Amino acid sequence: MISKNRRTVLKGGAATVGALAIGFPAIVRAQSNAIKIGHLTPLTGFLGALGGYAQLGIKMAAAAINSAGGVMGRQLDVMSEDSVNPETAATKAQRMLERDGATVLMGEINSASALTIMQVAARNKRLFMSIGARSDALRGKNCNRYTFHVDIPSTVMVNTVGKALVRDNMMKGKKFYTLTADYIFGHDLRGAAKVFFDANGGNLIGDELIATDVTDFSPYLLKIRQAGPDIVCSNLAGNQVTSLIKQYAEFGLPYPIVGFNLNTADAWAAGVGNLSGTWPTVWYHTLDVPESKAFVAAFIKQNGKPPENHAWIEYISLKIMAQAMSETKSTDTDTLIAYFEKQTQFDILKGRKGYFRSWDHQLIQEAYAFTVKNPNEMKDQWDMLALGPAIPGPNEPLENINPSKEQNSCTS
Amino acid sequence: MFLLEQVVNGLVLGGYYLLIALGLSLIFSVGGVINLAHGAFYALGAYIAVEVTKYLGFGPALVISPIAVALLGILFERFLLRRFYTADPILSLLVTFGLAMIAEQLIRIIWGAAALSATMPASLKGSVIIGDFLFSRYRLLLLAVVTVVLAAVWLLLNKTAFGRVVRAGIQRPDMVAALGIRLQPYMTAIVMLGVGMAAMAGAFFAPITIVHPAMGSEIIIVAFVVVVIGGLGSFWGVVLAALLVGVVRGVTIYFVPAAGEASIYVLMFLVLLLRPRGLLGERIEKFE
Repeated sequence: MISKNRRTVLKGGAATVGALAIGFPAIVRAQSNAIKIGHLTPLTGFLGALGGYAQLGIKMAAAAINSAGGVMGRQLDVMSEDSVNPETAATKAQRMLERDGATVLMGEINSASALTIMQVAARNKRLFMSIGARSDALRGKNCNRYTFHVDIPSTVMVNTVGKALVRDNMMKGKKFYTLTADYIFGHDLRGAAKVFFDANGGNLIGDELIATDVTDFSPYLLKIRQAGPDIVCSNLAGNQVTSLIKQYAEFGLPYPIVGFNLNTADAWAAGVGNLSGTWPTVWYHTLDVPESKAFVAAFIKQNGKPPENHAWIEYISLKIMAQAMSETKSTDTDTLIAYFEKQTQFDILKGRKGYFRSWDHQLIQEAYAFTVKNPNEMKDQWDMLALGPAIPGPNEPLENINPSKEQNSCTS
Repeated sequence: MFLLEQVVNGLVLGGYYLLIALGLSLIFSVGGVINLAHGAFYALGAYIAVEVTKYLGFGPALVISPIAVALLGILFERFLLRRFYTADPILSLLVTFGLAMIAEQLIRIIWGAAALSATMPASLKGSVIIGDFLFSRYRLLLLAVVTVVLAAVWLLLNKTAFGRVVRAGIQRPDMVAALGIRLQPYMTAIVMLGVGMAAMAGAFFAPITIVHPAMGSEIIIVAFVVVVIGGLGSFWGVVLAALLVGVVRGVTIYFVPAAGEASIYVLMFLVLLLRPRGLLGERIEKFE
């Protein structure tokens, strides 16, 4: 008994020594040769659930790229951390560039955090691919040369839903009451909504600014009832939309509710039978495009649940980055910027390809408005949304739904 | 008129704060421990309720979840809290804070970071109009439950032999010991009651709030504020404070919507400034 134990211990010891002698240096060599990507995304707070999907997406892309031989024969090493809040995000971004050897920065969902990382990127003259932040201001007055934006901006979401509302006679002469998240993204969304209302005959009769830690909306719902609008409109973000939807269904107010921002995970969390109205999305897993379906199938196989839009966007973002590095055979910041600014087309698993617009670095792509399926039409608990056709339509230029230079100028 | 509606709505909301804050206050009063893990039991209550609802339906979940969490409370008291009654308060703060973080991560590991979907039966949805006031049907039900629970706890503390020992234990634990009564089983019961009420709040609020890992750390702050405003050790102080917090928040949102959440902290600041012991706080010898 004792001798057997000793033998096991000896074997274990030998294995460890062996690993140290042979395996470990090999790993170190692979690491030093790898292209390091600094990835930040919120894993806690009101956007934390979305960040969880973001990590799954980027990891899946990294695994796919690495198993196919990596980029220029080098492996991609995605260092992913919780960005926590704007201050921490900036500190971590700086540390990733300075100490951890990150070549580029990617990620983020929170527009306020993306803004501080953009400043770090500009200061260090390194590339930042801002993947999930949607505030117009990041592309406009806060823009910088080193940042590229993948997700659709506020104006695109407003235009996408707005067009659907105009089509459904829910715009001209209607009284709107908006609930707005009290930070850069919400303010931005409200700004874009006002522009759309003014241009299309909608009438904004009330707006509430709501702190991002509000979980009980009952006082606001009472104020809405007092105002008696025709349509209630959400400019909220993250899981606050979920709370609002649940409590709106709880109180059962008679006015239809729509919104200019909703992520799929927050729609799923609202539960069957609570969500209604028209909302925008950048992608949904039932999208009828073969490449998209293949991605969804692979994701479900790995994670046992369908990908949320943040998983999709992180996946295509890393693919875009890898393609850029492979084709330019470089990780140099200026070379990559020049490659993107040529408006190179990328496959983003949608009907039409996307490209970064040269003057504001926005990925120009299709968007969709969706409504909510009847519970008995749903195939499973994830099959909640009835995706509308791609906007803009097949014969219109993709840029149509994006803010023009005059609306959202980037001058730096 | 609409202002009055906000006041009434605030009272209803206060009932929900009360379920969480009362347990926190009781555990502090008897054990001298500020249980920062209280929010974790609230979150656990919500998660268990969501799971039970899948198999047995919504009604049973409201009963099973608080009982399950109360049983967990026995372990919590026996193996953790008990060691810290006489220790430096900073130790119990650290331990319960650590436990809250562990619980949050465990929930994240078990159920994932994404929020769970939780719905109420369709029959409870919608609102009723009483006079000129609009009420959510579900919250009226919640208010009724809170009232019953509150009455039961009050009777337990004031009209039973159990309650007499607990109240004596709050003021003079040494005298209770001198009379040959062990306070420890009473403490176990109080912790069960406290975390069970928190779990009940979680179960009831799951269909109208977001069931996500950090829900516990969100609620603990409000609960703590309520306890501080009400005054430690005071039953009616906590009741008064919970209702006050609900009303002040509602009224603030009526006039200055963006300041809704901040108003709670301003209220706490004012109370601490004018009456550091809290509104109805008693002078407790062992904490002086």
